[in-house]
Amino acid sequence: MLQLLQLIVSGAAIGCIYALIALGFVLIYKATETVNFAQGDLMMIGGFIGLSAMTVIGMPFALAFVVTIAAMALVGMGTERLVLRPLLGQPAFTVVMITIGLGYLARGVVTMIPYWGTETHTLPVPWKDEVIWIGGEGSGLVVSVEHLVIILATIALVALLYVFFRYTRLGIAMQATSQNQLAAFYMGIPVRRVNMLIWGLSSAICGVAGLLLAPITFVHANMGFVGLKAFPAAVVGGFGSIPGALVGGLVIGIVESLAGFYLPEGFKDIAAYVVVLVMLVVKPNGLFGENLTKKV
Amino acid sequence: MSDPILQLNNIEAAYGAVKAIRGVSLNVAPGSIVTVLGSNGAGKTTILKTISGILDPQKGSIVFRHDKLEGRDPAWIVRQGLVHVPEGREIFPLLTVRENLLMGAYTRPSSQRDEVAKDIEDVFSYFPILKERTNQPAGQLSGGQQQMLAISRALLAKPTMMLLDEPSLGLSPKLTREIFEIIVRINRERGVTLLVVEQNAHIALQYADYGYVLEIGRIVMHDTCAALREKDDIKEFYLGVKESGVREGRRWKKKKQWR
Repeated sequence: MLQLLQLIVSGAAIGCIYALIALGFVLIYKATETVNFAQGDLMMIGGFIGLSAMTVIGMPFALAFVVTIAAMALVGMGTERLVLRPLLGQPAFTVVMITIGLGYLARGVVTMIPYWGTETHTLPVPWKDEVIWIGGEGSGLVVSVEHLVIILATIALVALLYVFFRYTRLGIAMQATSQNQLAAFYMGIPVRRVNMLIWGLSSAICGVAGLLLAPITFVHANMGFVGLKAFPAAVVGGFGSIPGALVGGLVIGIVESLAGFYLPEGFKDIAAYVVVLVMLVVKPNGLFGENLTKKV
Repeated sequence: MSDPILQLNNIEAAYGAVKAIRGVSLNVAPGSIVTVLGSNGAGKTTILKTISGILDPQKGSIVFRHDKLEGRDPAWIVRQGLVHVPEGREIFPLLTVRENLLMGAYTRPSSQRDEVAKDIEDVFSYFPILKERTNQPAGQLSGGQQQMLAISRALLAKPTMMLLDEPSLGLSPKLTREIFEIIVRINRERGVTLLVVEQNAHIALQYADYGYVLEIGRIVMHDTCAALREKDDIKEFYLGVKESGVREGRRWKKKKQWR
């Protein structure tokens, strides 16, 4: 029993990372109908920025955290402005290929930057390798602080995003733009700028995911491949649904963790995709998918 | 006619290779209700889209008050006080009624927050049903209510002029009449100038002051609505008063004269 709980907690922690990246996918998809396959690589860049801020410049973690968010927001907005906006009106296929290309580019360029390179780095967070015992030292549930931080930070971030989308003018405008872009134009909402800000927001979220994941997996050029599991998370939740992305991430994370323990070796890596396949057969729209057909 | 608030001079616009309007000129007097009549595909919607900056004209000029509008950003045009209520309402379906209205006020500075809240109450006086639905997602409203919401949302931008694209679309005759009565009230009480595009000539000619008739991208006739109602061609082809003559026992179909 304790064993199961243990697995669920660590699965949920990884699931939170999937959820955050999936959230990044969904935000951009809802607003611009583009699937950004470079989402995982944005997370990797976030990890490197945080790493440099801490080890090269010597900032404390909290400050590095803020710097990473700001820098990632800029990276996201810049990508939208310089790469994607000129492609406005091109077929979706073109845009998707461009984002895949951007991912390759990011992984390549990162290895050329002197300090970043191809090695794996450790993000020196203050809570590295610490654990908390819940229900008695040595006999209760053991939770690594890294996992706990991921879960708590995700909850906080999601709450913040909820307030932002529900109560601020810009947040509502972002929703409006993704629901009916033409009407947003008619109302005088600066649609292009809003889309740019959504890219910024999505990248900043991935930056946070990178910083949270870094203590567990190290920072390296290929850490963005986690994005390949966040994509199934978004699909399981119903692509285009924000709560779906979060739940989908948790489902994938927990299933993966359980599969890794109870099933033969190797199943851990395919668990995410098995879940997606089952989901697509049973409920093609995903857990929270909208059943609306798009009106033309 | 006093100095027009909106002036279109020889506007031409196209979707790709398909020319939708071919040299349209029209004037709208401040404080008036002007209607553009025409059948499907005549280019009515295109005219409005060109005015509100969604579509750039290929030729011609558009002057609103003293500013040229062609080539401007739609958001800039809204800030000048010219708002478009699009065909088919185009509300934000998952936002609540209140959030939809707030989006109408997007171009107003955030310092006007209290004023916007007051304006929302004001708008509810025209459409009390919306007040009951304040916190419902707009997608759950009926067609008529969505049309009311679309008009209200535009009003929140505090426009001096509104472009209405087929407000009667898909509504019952009774509801159409109600909507038009409120449109007239908005015009009289707030002094908002209106350019209304309609297929339903009956109702448009009844409520508007001045009318233009558009056929295949060209203005073929314009006059005060009172005068238009008396023209034979309008009667026959737009109001459906049948006068097909009988000569030597054979029915013949009248041709449009536009006289």
